[in-house]
Amino acid sequence: MSFFQNKNLRVVSVLGLSFAFFAAVLPNVKAQDVVTITGVGSSFAAPLYQNWAASAVKDINIKVNYQPLGSSAGKNQIIAKTVNFGALDMPTSIEQLTQENLVQFPTAIGGVAVVVNVPGVKEGQLRLTGDIIADIYAGKITKWNDPRIVAINSGVTLPATGIAAVYRADGSGTTQVFTSYLSKESANWKKAYGSNTSIAWAVGMGGRGNGAVASMVKNIQGGIGYVEYAYALQNHLNTAQLKNVAGNFVAISEDSIKAAAKAADWIHAKNYSVDLIDTKGADSWPIVSTTYVLVHAENKTSQEVTKFFRWGFEHGDAIATQLHYIPLPVVVKEKIEKTWEYAGVAGKEAKAK
Amino acid sequence: MAQDVKKLQGRKNNLITWRFIKNRLMTVFAFGTILVMLCILISVLITLFVNGLSGLSFFTLTHMTAPQGLPGGLLNPILGSIIQVGIAIIIVVPTGILGGIFLAECSNKKLSTIIRFIADIMMSVPSILIGLFVYILLVMTMGYSALAGSVALALLALPVIARTTEESLNMVPSAIHEAGFALGAPKWKVILFICLPAAKGGIITGILLSISRMAGETAPLLFTSLGNSDWSWNILKPMASLPLTIYQYADSADDTWIKLAWTAALLITLFVLCLNLIARIYVDRHRKKD
Amino acid sequence: MLLKQSGYRKDKKIIPFLFTSSMWCGGALIFLIFLGLIFELFWQGKQAFSVFGFHFITSTDWNPGEQQFSAGAALIGTLVSSCIGVVLALPLSFGCAYCLNELMPQRFSKYITATIQLLAAIPSIILGMWGFFILVPLMSQYVQPFLQNLFGNVPYIELLFSGGTYGIGILTAGLILAIMITPFITAIMQESFSNTPVMLKESAYSLGATRWEVMHQVIVPWVQKGVVGGVVLGWGRALGETMAVTFVIGNAHHASWSLFMPSNTIASLIALEFSESAVGSLKMSSLMALGAVLMVISFVVLFCSQLLLKQVLKSR
Repeated sequence: MSFFQNKNLRVVSVLGLSFAFFAAVLPNVKAQDVVTITGVGSSFAAPLYQNWAASAVKDINIKVNYQPLGSSAGKNQIIAKTVNFGALDMPTSIEQLTQENLVQFPTAIGGVAVVVNVPGVKEGQLRLTGDIIADIYAGKITKWNDPRIVAINSGVTLPATGIAAVYRADGSGTTQVFTSYLSKESANWKKAYGSNTSIAWAVGMGGRGNGAVASMVKNIQGGIGYVEYAYALQNHLNTAQLKNVAGNFVAISEDSIKAAAKAADWIHAKNYSVDLIDTKGADSWPIVSTTYVLVHAENKTSQEVTKFFRWGFEHGDAIATQLHYIPLPVVVKEKIEKTWEYAGVAGKEAKAK
Repeated sequence: MAQDVKKLQGRKNNLITWRFIKNRLMTVFAFGTILVMLCILISVLITLFVNGLSGLSFFTLTHMTAPQGLPGGLLNPILGSIIQVGIAIIIVVPTGILGGIFLAECSNKKLSTIIRFIADIMMSVPSILIGLFVYILLVMTMGYSALAGSVALALLALPVIARTTEESLNMVPSAIHEAGFALGAPKWKVILFICLPAAKGGIITGILLSISRMAGETAPLLFTSLGNSDWSWNILKPMASLPLTIYQYADSADDTWIKLAWTAALLITLFVLCLNLIARIYVDRHRKKD
Repeated sequence: MLLKQSGYRKDKKIIPFLFTSSMWCGGALIFLIFLGLIFELFWQGKQAFSVFGFHFITSTDWNPGEQQFSAGAALIGTLVSSCIGVVLALPLSFGCAYCLNELMPQRFSKYITATIQLLAAIPSIILGMWGFFILVPLMSQYVQPFLQNLFGNVPYIELLFSGGTYGIGILTAGLILAIMITPFITAIMQESFSNTPVMLKESAYSLGATRWEVMHQVIVPWVQKGVVGGVVLGWGRALGETMAVTFVIGNAHHASWSLFMPSNTIASLIALEFSESAVGSLKMSSLMALGAVLMVISFVVLFCSQLLLKQVLKSR
C-alpha cells in the first residue's frame, strides 16, 4: 500500500514540476487580444510572409499562422473556407474569382532559380538554356556530360554523373511558372506536358514544397531543381545561368529579377495577372513571377488579413529586399488599396483615412 | 569389411561434422542479425544525439518557432504536443477502459469475439486512414483544429487501451472475482472496485505505451491539427506539434531548421524511450509482486 | 425506512443500467469507428470509382492538371516496397528470435529483447529522417553501385537494378520498412517459439539434436502458423506506413521495373497531396478512393494474420 502512496506522491510532484515549468514559461507567451489569422499556400512566398508575420505582430496585434502547403492547397483551402487567406503564385481566373466571391491581390515579385548539384562545377558556373532543361525533365538528356550541355559550357569539366531531376510533388505555383517557361522555350515540351501546377513528369522525383526540392538537390549528387531564389540563397545552392530572350547568359540576382520586373504592365493587367516569363531586356532573368493572395470578399477576417498585408506594404519592403523578393511599385500598392475598399475587405484603419 | 565400416564411419563423421558446422553457421547468423539490429538502433540514437544535442538549450525550450533566417525554438510545438496528447488521453482512457470491460465481461461471446477481432485489426490499420476519417468527420465540418488532432490520436489508441484493459482484467484471478460476488456486491461494483484496481498495473502500462505512440504520430495530425507557426491556446484552432514541426523542418534545406528538427526528434525519442522503460520496469515490478 | 428502501432500489436499478449501457457503448464505439472508417472512405471515394471505374486500379496515370487519377502506380509502389520490407525483415527477425529464445541465456536475452523492442517504439518520422540523411547517401554511394556491379550483366535481374543511383527510391523505402517491422515480427516469433512444449524440445535434445535441428525440425513446424501470421502482420504494418516512406521514396508517379527508381506508396501519396485537394473535387475523391483501396488491402492482410495468430497464440 505504501508503494501506491509513494506513487501518488510521485505523480503529484511530477504534475507540480510541470506546472512550475508552465508558470515559468508562460509569461513569455502573450495571449491577450491578439487576433490570429491562418493562411496556407505558396511555399514560394513563405519566407516573406513568415518574416513579415514575425515583425508585424509587435505593431498591429495580428498573428499570422502561415503553412506552406503549396499553391494548389492555398487556392483550394480558401475556397473551402478552412483558412483565412490562401497564397498562390499563379493568377486565378476572373470567372473563378467571381464565382467564389474572392479577391485577389499581388504581394511581391520573386525569381525562380534553377539549382544544380554537379560535382566539380563551381557556384554560378553552369550555363543552361530552356530547351536543354526541358529535355532534361523530359528524360531525353540523362547525363551531365551530354554533348549539348558541354557545347555551351566550354571551360567547365562536366562529370558523367546521371541527372536526377527534382520537381515539386505538390501542386505548386512555382511549378506552373517553371513549366510555362519550359513551354515558351520548347515546343516539344508544350505539346507533351504543357504548364500547370502539377503535371505528369516523365522522369525524376518529387519534393514537398520549395524547401524539400532544395534539400533533395543539396543531398543528391547530379540533382537539378527549381526553387524560389530566397531558398537557393539561404541554403547555399549552386544556381545555373540561363539564356534569356536577348540571347545573353544571365545569373539570377536581385538586379536581373528587377530588370525583368520592370517589364510588368500593371496598369492594363486585369486582376493583376502579369506575365513576367521571358521578358525582353539584355539583363532580364527569364523566370520571374508575381505571388498572390486570395481572400473572401465582404468578410470580417479578410479585413484582418488586409491589415496585415497593408503593414507588409508599408513597412515590409526592407524585409522583402533582404529576402531577395522585389517589392511591388507604389502605384500597384495604391491600386490594391482601392481593390480592397471596393471589395469591402479593407481593414478599419483604411476606412478611417 | 573393415573398409566398409571405415567408409560408414567416415560418412557418419562427415554427417556429424556437417551437422555441427550447420549449427555453428546458424548460430553465427542469428547473433549476426542481433548485431545488425543493435547497430541500427545505436546508429539512430547516435545520429539523434550528435545532431540534436547541440540544439537542446534553454533558448530552444523557451522560444517559439520562427521563420527561416530568424532564431527560433520549439516551445509551441512542445506545448502543443503536450496539450493534444493530453486531450487525447482524456478522451481515450474512459472509452478505452469501457471497451475493455465490454470485451472482458460481455455475456454475448460471439459479439465480443467479433469486436475483439476488429480491435486487433484496428491496432494495425494505417494511421493515415484514421487521419482521413477524422478529416471527414470533424475538419470538413469545423475546420482544422487541435481537437480534431486529439480525436485522431485517441482513435489510434482506443483499440490498444481496450485490448490491454481486457487482457489485464482477464488476468485477475477468478477467486477475487468470486469473493466479491460472495460478499453480495453487484456486478458493476465487483468490476469497478475490485477487478479494475487489481488490473491497474496492466492498464497503466497500456496507457503509458499508447502515450508514447501518440507522441510520435505524424500522419493522423497532418490533415487534422495542421500545425501552427505560432502559439495557440484555442483547441478549436490549428495547433503546432513536435512531429509536424519535424516534418516541416526536416524537409527543408535550411541548416538551422534541420538542426531544430533533429532536436525535436531527440526530444520525442527520449520521451518515448523513457516511457517505454518506465512501462517495462512497472510491468516487471508487478510481475514480481504477483 | 420506506425512503431508504426506495433509494436502495433506485440505486440497484439505475447504476447497473448505466454501467452496462456505458460498457456496451464502449464496445459499440470500436465497432462503429471501424464500420464508419470503411464506409466513409468508400462514400467519399465513390465519385472517383464511378468516374474511372475499374480503370482506377489498373491505370498508372496521375495527372492532377488533366484531372486524371488512378491507383496503379501507387499501388505497385505500396506492394513492392512492403514486400521488399518483408523479405528483408524475415531472416532478420527469424535470426533475432532464434538467438534470443534458444541461444542466449535468459538473463541476457531479457535485456536485448527490450532493446530491440525500443526500435519499434521510435516514431516512424524519426526513422524517416534518419533514412533520408544517413541511409540515402550510403545507398547512393555504396550499396546501389555495388548491386549494379553485381547484377549488371545478369539478364532480367539487371532490370531491377538499372537507372541512376540516387539513393532515393523503392529499395531504400523497403529497407526502412524492414527496420520498422523487424521488431514486431521478432516479438511475435519469440512469443510463438516459446509456446512450443518444453517436452518436445527436450526429447529432441536428448536424442542428440543440435540447437539448429531443434529449431528447424521441432519448433518451426510446431509454430509454423504463428511465424507466418507474424510475418503477415508485419506486412500489414508496412503497407500503411506513411512518414518514414515519404522521406525516402521520391514521390514520383512512375511504375518502373527498377528498384532504384523513385516511386510512391498510397499512404505517402495521400499525405503529400491531400491538403491541396479541394473538398468535393475529383482529386479529393480519388485520394479517398486510394484510402479505401489501402483499407481493403490492409484489412485482408490483417484479417489473415489475425486468423493465423489466433490459432497459435490461443494457448495464452
